[in-house]
Amino acid sequence: MLAYYLRLGLHSLRRNPILTALMVMAIGFGVASSMTTYAVFRAVSGNPLPEKSAQLFVPQIDVWGPESRARGFDMPDSLTYTDATALMRDHKAARQTAIYPVGFTLVPRDAAREPFAVSGYAAYADFFPMFNVPFVYGGGWDAAQDQARAAVVVISSKLNQQLFGGADSIGQLVHLDDHDYQVIGVVADWNPRPRFYDVNNSSGFDNPPDFFLPFTRAIDTQTETTGNDNCYGSAGRKPGFDGWLQSECAWVSYWVQLPDAAAVRAYRSYLLSYADQQREAGRFRWPSYITLRNLTEWMDYERVVPPETRISLLLSLGFLLVCLINTVGLMLAKFMRRAGEIGVRRALGASRREIWLQFLAEAAMVGVSGGVAGVVLTGVGVLGVGLVFEPDIARLAHINLSLVGLTLLCALFATLAAAFYPTWRASRVQPAWQLKSH
Amino acid sequence: MQIRPILATLRHHKAGTLLIALQIALTLAIVCNALFIIHERLAHLSQPSGVDESDLLVITNRWANKPTQGEIGSLMAQDLATLRKVPGVANAYATDAYPLSGSGIAYGIGHSPEKRKFVSSTAIYFTDDNALPTLGLKLVAGRNFRPDEIGQIGGRDKIAPRVLIITRELARRLFPGESAVGKIAFVSDQPSIIVGVVERMQSPYVDSSMTEWADCSTLLPFRQLVTPTTYVVRAQPGQLEEVARRVRAALYAANRMRVIRPDNGVKTFAQVRAQAYKSDRGMAILMAWISVILLAITAAGIVGLTSFWVGQRRKQIGVRRALGATRHDILRYFLTENLLIGVGGVLLGGVLALGLNLWMMKQFEVARLAPGYVLAGVVTLLLLGQCAVLAPALRASRVPPVEATRSV
Repeated sequence: MLAYYLRLGLHSLRRNPILTALMVMAIGFGVASSMTTYAVFRAVSGNPLPEKSAQLFVPQIDVWGPESRARGFDMPDSLTYTDATALMRDHKAARQTAIYPVGFTLVPRDAAREPFAVSGYAAYADFFPMFNVPFVYGGGWDAAQDQARAAVVVISSKLNQQLFGGADSIGQLVHLDDHDYQVIGVVADWNPRPRFYDVNNSSGFDNPPDFFLPFTRAIDTQTETTGNDNCYGSAGRKPGFDGWLQSECAWVSYWVQLPDAAAVRAYRSYLLSYADQQREAGRFRWPSYITLRNLTEWMDYERVVPPETRISLLLSLGFLLVCLINTVGLMLAKFMRRAGEIGVRRALGASRREIWLQFLAEAAMVGVSGGVAGVVLTGVGVLGVGLVFEPDIARLAHINLSLVGLTLLCALFATLAAAFYPTWRASRVQPAWQLKSH
Repeated sequence: MQIRPILATLRHHKAGTLLIALQIALTLAIVCNALFIIHERLAHLSQPSGVDESDLLVITNRWANKPTQGEIGSLMAQDLATLRKVPGVANAYATDAYPLSGSGIAYGIGHSPEKRKFVSSTAIYFTDDNALPTLGLKLVAGRNFRPDEIGQIGGRDKIAPRVLIITRELARRLFPGESAVGKIAFVSDQPSIIVGVVERMQSPYVDSSMTEWADCSTLLPFRQLVTPTTYVVRAQPGQLEEVARRVRAALYAANRMRVIRPDNGVKTFAQVRAQAYKSDRGMAILMAWISVILLAITAAGIVGLTSFWVGQRRKQIGVRRALGATRHDILRYFLTENLLIGVGGVLLGGVLALGLNLWMMKQFEVARLAPGYVLAGVVTLLLLGQCAVLAPALRASRVPPVEATRSV
């Protein structure tokens, strides 16, 4: 029976090609615009570390006081060097690391090659187990090497390819700025997006880091941060690198791993008591205030998903809604024009349900065609997102099987939802009335 | 005009009428807001930087082997000398940041050494006496820095300049109604004398959170001895392309222990501008596309449904024609019918547009929708409706009176 309905539907759709094309294109455009913007939204709003995100937290300490917020400055989204090192020393979380972004020039051993710029992060040993960093060769350093301020480095696969042709480079030396560092690990292809541990400095979607080195070592060599350095009201500080370290400038990212709710509570009260101590020592002249956000809350707080992405997804969904209303109208027109045909079929014994199924089959064909048009247009859209969104974000959006499937499903369901009222009206046509008037 | 019979007919076609009205309403709501977003983005990206942007080039340079501050000072002087010798180069200076560069230093500036009592935030630019001619900034009061005022400063040294040049907007905030030249301002805990005021120099940031002080910049008479260094280069008129091709090689020939990235180490100011406003332009393009396709689909929908109505009412039209209605009457009937539906749609749509805008204001820091946009949208959609209905209505007007006598 279904085959018969489909044949009837095809016949009817062919009879009125312009109206059919109009419906198919409306659904195609509506679905494609929604799916294109959704592909971008999905790429930027994904959870970068789903297996761990509930256990990873970022502390904030109010070092500038409520007065700064009255002037429109948020609480710093990083810690001062003083606080970061104090928190590292107290070691109250299961795992913890201070992090800051650094950049060097790398002078290749082969004197014929030009120096090139590399960027990476200074961190503590816990960084690697805490963020589940995978390795191709070797591994991260340990706490003893943090203590010893060891000149070791973990490099990316890409840098390993550039310098050592992808071979096992453990033990080799890399010349960064004016020091040699011994390679102790090569990270496998690891690039969580957004790069959650650096969203307070960058968009979170730019090029992946080339290396990691011990935080203590980077401080020893007076390495500046390449990220944000927020120095509200601290211009009276002492000059020089040490003056900066001792100042109220906030520039150190800090992450802790807290395995369960009890650990979170304990860490919160630890942070508060730390802030209280600082207040009693005369550093803060306001009520102690701290926050502790987990990874997903932190992504929201840092507004990792650009407003452009949300607005365009929202307006595309509105667009799809208009396309569907349009389809409802066109289908209604198309189906009701055939009231006479319906009357004849009903008079010959077709039940309302059969009429309903017949028109639903026709609608489903429109839906599937709309879906195919939608997939093609989504492809065009995804290729064109580079024109609309930041390149870092645009290149994340891509077509995969799940997006194609989703586009087809979305088109089919949307069309069937749109067809609900027109098919119902068609099934309610009074056969007697139709036969009488014609 | 016969509005009553039209309303009576529409009552018989509740579903179709409602669908068209709803479609017009939603289209209006979306198109108004999209147009408004386009306007906001275009306004944002057409903000003047104050810089004479043609013939301008920026070079980002990193030294290899981490030279000391003293070494950076002489390397920088050598580079500036090298750049000036490149054929086609008119002028150059070294700095940390420039308008639209995206990163740089921001300070508070005020009347007191107590830093928490600043009057305005300001972008800080490290410059020398060549900055004004290189950037083409317009001096509106006072004078440029003198060569003997230019100092050198380490990355973490205390910044306490003796003299400053500020923008007119910043001068207005610091000294409303008076001339700023010769007055004292604090960017550190030491006083500085304002020696010059430039008409305009935009901050490095285009982020919406920093637009409040986008035109408040301060030029300091320092070369900052850090790496990376940015060189801003002005080419002779019409020689930008040539100079852009030559500078990297010239600098490497003078000293190869450096990194100027081959892909984006040398940028024309046009490239800087395109990059800074990429998301603004992208958003405007996307909104324009959505609006155009949406209007087209709505028009197509109106054509489709009205054609159906005309087909359905052939007999009724024939009867009216037989009873003496002119073709003109029939045409007017369908145009009026569409206008009535359209007015209903835009009334609802206007409310929806404002509602959507209010919601977006809460969620995305979008500004309040100007009523002019709703009005423009209303006129557009009513006109669109009339145009869309024209073809089916003309077809209706050509229905011959004899149609009344046909049974099918």
